[in-house]
Amino acid sequence: MASYALRVNGKTRAVSVEPSTPLLYVLRNDLELNGPKFGCGLSQCGACTVLMDGKPIRSCVTPVASAAKGQITTIEGLGTLERLHPLQRAFIAEQACQCGYCGNGMVMSAKALLDGNPAPTELEIKRALDGHLCRCASHNRIVRAVQRAAREMRP
Amino acid sequence: MSARAPVSRRRFLATSGALVIGFALAPRVALAQDRPAPLPGSLNTNRMLDAWLRIEPNGTVTIFTGKIELGQGIGTALSQIAADELDVDLGRIQVVSGDTARTPNEGQTAGSLSVEQSGTALRVACAEAREILLAAAAAKLGAPVAELTVKDGTVAAPAGATATYWDLAGSADLKREATAKAKPKPASEHRWVGRSVPRRDIPKKFTGGAAYVQDVRLPGMVFGRVVRPPSPGAQLRSVDEAAVRRMPGVVAVVRDGNFLAVAAAREEQAIRAREALKTSARWGETASLPPADDALYAHLMSLPVPGQTVAEKTSADASAPAKTLDALYTRPYQCHASMGPSCAVAQWQEGKLAVWTHSQGVFPLRAELAKVFDVSVENIRCVHAEGAGCYGHNGADDVALDAALVARATEGRPVKLQWMRDDEFAWEPYGSAMVMKLSGGIDAQGNVVTWSHELWSHSHNTRPGASTGVNLLAARHLATSRPLVAAQDVPQPSGGSDRNAIPLYDFPNVKVVKHYVADAPIRTSALRTLGGYANVFALESFVDELALLAGADPVEFRLRQLKDARARAVIEAAARRAGWQPNTHGDGARGRGFAFAKYKNLACYCAMAADVEIEHKTGVIRVARVVAAVDAGQIVNPDGVINQIEGGIIQSASWTLKESVRFDRTRVTTRSWADYPILRFGEVPAVEVVLLDQPGERFLGVGEGSQGPAAAAIANAVANATGKRLRALPFTPERVKQALA
Repeated sequence: MASYALRVNGKTRAVSVEPSTPLLYVLRNDLELNGPKFGCGLSQCGACTVLMDGKPIRSCVTPVASAAKGQITTIEGLGTLERLHPLQRAFIAEQACQCGYCGNGMVMSAKALLDGNPAPTELEIKRALDGHLCRCASHNRIVRAVQRAAREMRP
Repeated sequence: MSARAPVSRRRFLATSGALVIGFALAPRVALAQDRPAPLPGSLNTNRMLDAWLRIEPNGTVTIFTGKIELGQGIGTALSQIAADELDVDLGRIQVVSGDTARTPNEGQTAGSLSVEQSGTALRVACAEAREILLAAAAAKLGAPVAELTVKDGTVAAPAGATATYWDLAGSADLKREATAKAKPKPASEHRWVGRSVPRRDIPKKFTGGAAYVQDVRLPGMVFGRVVRPPSPGAQLRSVDEAAVRRMPGVVAVVRDGNFLAVAAAREEQAIRAREALKTSARWGETASLPPADDALYAHLMSLPVPGQTVAEKTSADASAPAKTLDALYTRPYQCHASMGPSCAVAQWQEGKLAVWTHSQGVFPLRAELAKVFDVSVENIRCVHAEGAGCYGHNGADDVALDAALVARATEGRPVKLQWMRDDEFAWEPYGSAMVMKLSGGIDAQGNVVTWSHELWSHSHNTRPGASTGVNLLAARHLATSRPLVAAQDVPQPSGGSDRNAIPLYDFPNVKVVKHYVADAPIRTSALRTLGGYANVFALESFVDELALLAGADPVEFRLRQLKDARARAVIEAAARRAGWQPNTHGDGARGRGFAFAKYKNLACYCAMAADVEIEHKTGVIRVARVVAAVDAGQIVNPDGVINQIEGGIIQSASWTLKESVRFDRTRVTTRSWADYPILRFGEVPAVEVVLLDQPGERFLGVGEGSQGPAAAAIANAVANATGKRLRALPFTPERVKQALA
């Protein structure tokens, strides 16, 4: 066991776990964050995506030890039901899911995309999300949601 | 579901007690001497009004449904129906679904029947409840019912006096059997039905709310994992349990016959312990699987299973065929491949079991758990908690048994057990491999005069409740193994293996024969559409082949042999919106195909045109655009219908272009997404959906309406582009290159 002061969604959270523990289980079980999902544990599907220092990472294969120095952002850190982030608002407005299990990863990768490219083309959005799987086949709605958020976020 | 709420034994008993006391759910239909009149939808088997709704003193209405949320938006659609019939704002409706202690038993949430069955029941029950409330209001206000008006649950008399539903809740007795005498509202008076109301389940899904069974957390909860055998039929010879028990955090190692599982204080500890068990376990394996690839289909057809005639129609008037054609179509085993591996939470307390899982049928699941544990159903509560989209019978029921087996060893502590990705791929019940042999003949005018569809398939329904056995995976692995009892095929008119095998076209001579192979070396069950996807793929491909043989335009060819006016209307609407140009051939690399089906020949009508592009060098097919038209009867939520149809088309494009389960003679070798690629963002077609609303018509399910036509439209588009016919699913680059060579 080792102790870490993780910086998650702007707060410092102390946890005591094995250094090799995937960040995902710390976020879900120790910090009780529901956003990041277990999908494959193999970095293949993207459901577990969170941001570390603004970059999307797959928390299912990221040891907590290597996340200890970064700023972690989960979908809970973007906004709340009462104060939605424009991406969350756009995904809801476009009804951009069926089951929604992949939605966390889509939103988080879209956040990283829009932070670096406020006006992405459709192709750029699809490229940014190509490593994310969606089984209900809400892809077109997801692309529209990212486009909508980009429009809303532009000054 | 409240993910954080501790479920004490007292609360558990209190809520399950309501089953016995509050709701008379036991269907009186069971009493033969007292056979009541049939009631609409699921009211027929759940006949008490208070089983469906409760007017709450706090100004809300709770509706109860046995159908569960699968990401199809059923909770929202049912709320719309209830709000309209009761004259209350949508925001007042609370939904309780899929809980053996609280809701009606509506069997499985399957077959695109939820709006038809549960929606119809709620519509009728709420209309009747409104009449009862109005009668109570009339007595209170001293005015005749006919002169009362209702707005958002407030009943007003002409003189201005009012009474609210919430005041009347005590005097309006809903503990009575429905009569279905109250007339539901005409479509013109609907305020919520017919509108694209935003889904109630979505906001929490994008804000980290407790939305899924994976988010259920109970006090003292531990984490479980299973260690499945490496192959079907494998026998556990030895495993070093003691070493694993000594690992950090391990709470229990469960070994029962060939069932092996572990529980640990932390999830990653359970995963490590699973790895350790896997490494030390020694199994005896047998080569029990069928041959793969093309040999699979020859094998399936060679089995000594006689054909059963499903449909036969003959006409003496029809002329003899001038030209005939035969074609063999095949479909491999395919996965549900849910994004989130199956997960359940289970807890045993004083001989009582509570289970939370994403089962599509909590009542049938409860019945089978009761058999495995040899306890009465009253001692088991199964509660639906949403999981990732399941698309049919995946591991959601199986994992409930896994969790319950592990929870027996944790001394009352709840166990959250989630499958790993390889568990899901290797052990979910697949959509069955199928062979469809089509033969047909056209006369001199180019009309179909003979049509034959012969198919070979394993089961499409081995869900809990589908046979007298126990259809839960681990039951096969326990030391006291439950003998497998093969399920019967789902009978017509909806059909299982033969779903949609009977053409809706008015062909004069038709014969449909099925070879239902009940014994299956690889476990199969309901994958969205059951046999419908493969049968429509074959049927609508073959219609296209005969149209080409007749030198006819595929759309005109369909229309001239189809009397059903609603079928014709969707075909015409799809062709029109797609800008269909008759008798146009593709240019070798690009083409357009058309297809149609009425799902189950009972549910929604769906027609579509697909545009494809074929890269000859790589053999890659890209579906660029699909334009579909749908008639779903009266539409409750237009955006919900579009979402289902669009999702169905894209999912089907993925099945059709990419998906097949891999296996050798011993093991399933599909274990991860790397082994089972699905369609990605860059490959997804643009989709346009035209809705043909039919206000006043009965609801027709849409969740499975588009998959079959999508497969055929893609195949027909490839043929249109290249002149080459693809008859073996999926259309992988290797197969495409082979066909074009």
